[in-house]
Amino acid sequence: MRPIPRWADLVLVPLVSLLLAAVCATLVILAIGQNPMEALETMVAGALGSAYGWGYTLYYATSFIFTGLAVTMAFHAGLFNIGGEGQAQLGGLGIALMLLFVPFPHWSIALLAATVAAAVFGAIWGAIPGWLQAKRGSHVVITTIMFNYIAYALIVWILVDVLRPAGQAEPATARFAVGIPALSDVPGLSSIFTQAVPVNISLFMALIACVAVWALLWRTPLGYEIRAFGKSEPAARYAGIRPVRTVMIAMALSGALAGMMSINNVMGDSGRLLQNSSEGAGFIGIAVALMGRNHPFGVVLSALLFGFLYQGGAEIGLWTSIPIDLRVVVQGLVILFTGALDHMVRQMLSVLFSRRKVA
Amino acid sequence: MDYTTFLQILDSTLRLATPLLLACLAGLFSERAGVFDIGLEGKMLVAAMSSGAVAYLTGSAWLGLAAGVATSLLWAAVHGIAAITFRGNQLISGVALNFLASGMTVLVAQAAFGQGGRTPALSGAARFGELTLPFAEMLRPVPVLGPFYAEVMSGHSILVYLALAMVPATWWVLMRTRFGLRLRAVGENPAAVDTAGISVTRMRFAAVAITGILCGIAGAYMATALQAGFGREMTAGRGYIALAALIFAKWRPWGALWATLLFGFFQALAFRPDVVTAVTHVDIPVPALEALPYILTVLVLAGFVGKAIPPRAGGEPYVKER
Repeated sequence: MRPIPRWADLVLVPLVSLLLAAVCATLVILAIGQNPMEALETMVAGALGSAYGWGYTLYYATSFIFTGLAVTMAFHAGLFNIGGEGQAQLGGLGIALMLLFVPFPHWSIALLAATVAAAVFGAIWGAIPGWLQAKRGSHVVITTIMFNYIAYALIVWILVDVLRPAGQAEPATARFAVGIPALSDVPGLSSIFTQAVPVNISLFMALIACVAVWALLWRTPLGYEIRAFGKSEPAARYAGIRPVRTVMIAMALSGALAGMMSINNVMGDSGRLLQNSSEGAGFIGIAVALMGRNHPFGVVLSALLFGFLYQGGAEIGLWTSIPIDLRVVVQGLVILFTGALDHMVRQMLSVLFSRRKVA
Repeated sequence: MDYTTFLQILDSTLRLATPLLLACLAGLFSERAGVFDIGLEGKMLVAAMSSGAVAYLTGSAWLGLAAGVATSLLWAAVHGIAAITFRGNQLISGVALNFLASGMTVLVAQAAFGQGGRTPALSGAARFGELTLPFAEMLRPVPVLGPFYAEVMSGHSILVYLALAMVPATWWVLMRTRFGLRLRAVGENPAAVDTAGISVTRMRFAAVAITGILCGIAGAYMATALQAGFGREMTAGRGYIALAALIFAKWRPWGALWATLLFGFFQALAFRPDVVTAVTHVDIPVPALEALPYILTVLVLAGFVGKAIPPRAGGEPYVKER
């Protein structure tokens, strides 16, 4: 197999993968007897056609940037963190505890404290599987999946038996006293977001986190250690990189990023902690990271794409008779083509490029 | 806790351990041949959906089983193509196929039946009935062993006994046949197998196909025997628990039986909060009991596995030209 040019590897491989996923999704829609064009129109109109639509698209993209970065961080250490979902929900719990029990004079201080709480709770939920892998040899993939289920049960218990206000039937906490400004409240941006939209200033935090992750991975000794460990554990060990420390730090950072996602939905949107607050965003992080080729800037682009898919998928569920679960199918297809069948895509492209040279 | 309650718990242990056992043996074939499979969960899910749907439409549990195995094989084939042919990341392929299963099952069930992603409730011949083993009633008066035989061993669907029979069968195939020797060799040292003139690709595809069949039976059991129909996400992490059991069993068939019975016991306990409260004298909240199988999975993996050595070539695609 002839190697393909670098630009094709970076740009064409994800695009072709996406195209293949789209073709498969179209076939699925046809197979269940629905109209793919109608679905596409509904998606585009619903996700991009109005301030309301792209307010939601960006809102979802914010969450996906955080969870995508979380998966990216672990991937660079050679770890596959499927626990973003649980880590995000634990992050939400941290935010809820902070905002319910500490009276804050101003939302900016509350945001700072809540971010720290979310990161710490998420980091703990990520670091435990990391420790178990490094010290006890239990596989991080299985442990993080188990921790998702455990987190779910833990949150149910806390919401039903501990934090639920007296007299309220719904399993949720009381409303927080403070929130953060939506982009429609920010002076200057309110002319773009003419309606009340859930996208909030945590979008900027997500972008800052991207730069921070990039700087950490490629501009610090710690990042070097993480990437070296991910490339080859024996070589890293030989170079004096401590495996337990590296695994735990990578998993803690990964969990912290997933936890911070909850600033967006728990503090920014719902204003209280609900059951299953992350709504699958932790899992979408896997697709986002793979599609973004495990680079923070790629993550931003693919998070925007998945924000579009997610909001568009919600509109499909509302206005057509295609179930909302189409989103999960597309997510699976994207992961399959970008993460597992990437060699197939590369082989297809290499045929294309070698032919061009002969001609 | 009296003896009758204890037997009831053991009875549901066996019921709940069956899908775990089938999935665990499924994973055993695949991983022994050097192909990791996180996608046991998804294969069980698609099998459960298609067997529930076909059993409802045809009124035959056996046709349901066949449909379940066929769909599961389809998923296994995609995994094989990604993991073996195109040397993709096996963990990612499994995760992708799990998501695909989770979405597709709901999409198809909704399109076919319009009941919010469930299949209609099954009854009569569309479900696998309970078999009474010979002499179960006659032996019941025998102290201790009689009720055990009548309550725990007897009165399950044929798939439970099939799963139990699969344990010695798997052992025999893996340890006493040429096919089994080659399969294990492919998981330890594929280059050696290749040198001997045996196709690594074909061996691995055969292993992945067996995994598909066993996961298909496991899923069909969930929808047509354990419960009466398919429900959204009904496998609830059993595929992952089966993987944990596989590690606990150190990739051995008899170990798989004991490990899955243990995990089945945890699941059975989670369904009996009254018993747990009576034994421990602590009022344990229901969510804690629901999390119990998952917590114990983590503890077992972390504490009691000891040194579990996986097949040496596990997770690595075989590259011939190297």
